[in-house]
Amino acid sequence: MGRQRVKFTFDGDLVKEPIIYMLGRDFHLVTNIRRADVGDVLGWVVLEVDGEKEEIERGLQWVSSTGVRVDSVSGDVLQG
Amino acid sequence: MAFVSGLRCRECGREYPGEALNVCDFCFGPLEVVYDYATISEVVSRDRIAAGPLSIWRYHDLLPASGEDPVDIMAGYTPLLKARNLGERLGLKNLYIKNDSVNPSFSFKDRVVSVAATKAREFGFETIACASTGNLACSVAAHAARAGLRSVVFIPSDLERGKVIGAAVYGPTMVAVEGTYDEVNRLCSEVGDNYPWAFVNINMRPYYAEGSKTLGYEVAEQLGWRIPDHVVIPSASGAMFTKIWKGFNELACLGLLEGVDSLSFGPDQNTVHHPAITTKMHMAQAEGCSPIVNAWTSGQTQVRPVRPDSIAKSLAIGNPADGIYALRVIKESDGSAYAVPEPEVVEGIKLLAETEGIFTETAGGVTISALKHLAESGAIGADELTVAYITGNGLKTQEAVEEVVNPLFVRPTMSSFEEALEGRAAGAASKV
Repeated sequence: MGRQRVKFTFDGDLVKEPIIYMLGRDFHLVTNIRRADVGDVLGWVVLEVDGEKEEIERGLQWVSSTGVRVDSVSGDVLQG
Repeated sequence: MAFVSGLRCRECGREYPGEALNVCDFCFGPLEVVYDYATISEVVSRDRIAAGPLSIWRYHDLLPASGEDPVDIMAGYTPLLKARNLGERLGLKNLYIKNDSVNPSFSFKDRVVSVAATKAREFGFETIACASTGNLACSVAAHAARAGLRSVVFIPSDLERGKVIGAAVYGPTMVAVEGTYDEVNRLCSEVGDNYPWAFVNINMRPYYAEGSKTLGYEVAEQLGWRIPDHVVIPSASGAMFTKIWKGFNELACLGLLEGVDSLSFGPDQNTVHHPAITTKMHMAQAEGCSPIVNAWTSGQTQVRPVRPDSIAKSLAIGNPADGIYALRVIKESDGSAYAVPEPEVVEGIKLLAETEGIFTETAGGVTISALKHLAESGAIGADELTVAYITGNGLKTQEAVEEVVNPLFVRPTMSSFEEALEGRAAGAASKV
């Protein structure tokens, strides 16, 4: 089993998509939202994702493929 | 000893002990250091600071790690130069350059890493680590060498040779990651979660970031315990920008600034704003990676991440962790944010070199071009006291200005030399 803390950033129309629901349904992941801010043109959700490591990997890749940006909760780690 | 009471979540306010943590367990917000300012105010003074070492550790009372035996390669206390030539060119009579490119590993990162490495050793870590496109890797490896710690630095596999050598010489374990910018970030986050290492920008982040406050302290001290009217600061994550502001406000609240009365820090130490701090904070980013500037100019309070595509690699953070806090500082200080067009980055490097004899890296080019824009637009008045922060050395990004190399090729004879010299003078005259 694995666990990851991630931030999803949604643009425009993607705000309306049930991305987190589908992540749970299709990849058997438990999602736990800790903080969020969803506006008209931009939204973000900080959440914890629990499940099989491979499924987390696959699930987050799928989220990225929808156009949602997936980041670590700490922001970019790679520094100048 | 360090006067640290613990850590506090910047978002929900939950408190934590002063350990190697960076994220709130409840809301995943960032943790910040909480200080015992009541005790600090009893011990700190200008005289005590002046009697300290000529490094960031002269301000140890205001840092989150003990100043008794710091990991110190003499970071900080860098020159603050009156920039007469550049000022004349830009129409600014009171312009100063804070030249942080002359730190031991040639960037301001030595300030933050010195604090992080000292804290890591206090916590008993044996390895310090980072992911970096250059400056941070050099600094982490150098401080680890000094402290006798092991270091692991992650770099993108296509990093320029000069930067790789600049870090490798200190003897770290160097990991070259093949992947996109986002993949490198994701891998390093995961490594940080799984290895008992002091990752300076992950589990050491609350302490590490505090080192940047010294950029505010030093400027104030070097100006005779006064603050500037304007500062121009290059930004990547936004952390340094917010910490310079915090540094000015700490000095004011502790009564260390000339003619300024002390003031209580209030319930949230990280958002305190002393009314005497009137410095306008101007942020500079390069157009190819300007998520904070984009948010500012479009009036957003959230920062939309971008995929970096900029010559200024040391500023290329697409998802800046402190972006929203930096936006608040710009607003509170009545400052501004400007994205420098990419071609003007090199122009900024050349302008600073040709006028003040300082060779800066691309981030410094961003600062100088933003300063030029602010001066030309009238945002900075001719007599106002202005400080531009130069945070890295040009030797790190020499390839950016390769075009300047244009020697006179001559045979070893006087006639050949004079012929070439006349040719160059004629060429210059024909351009006028």
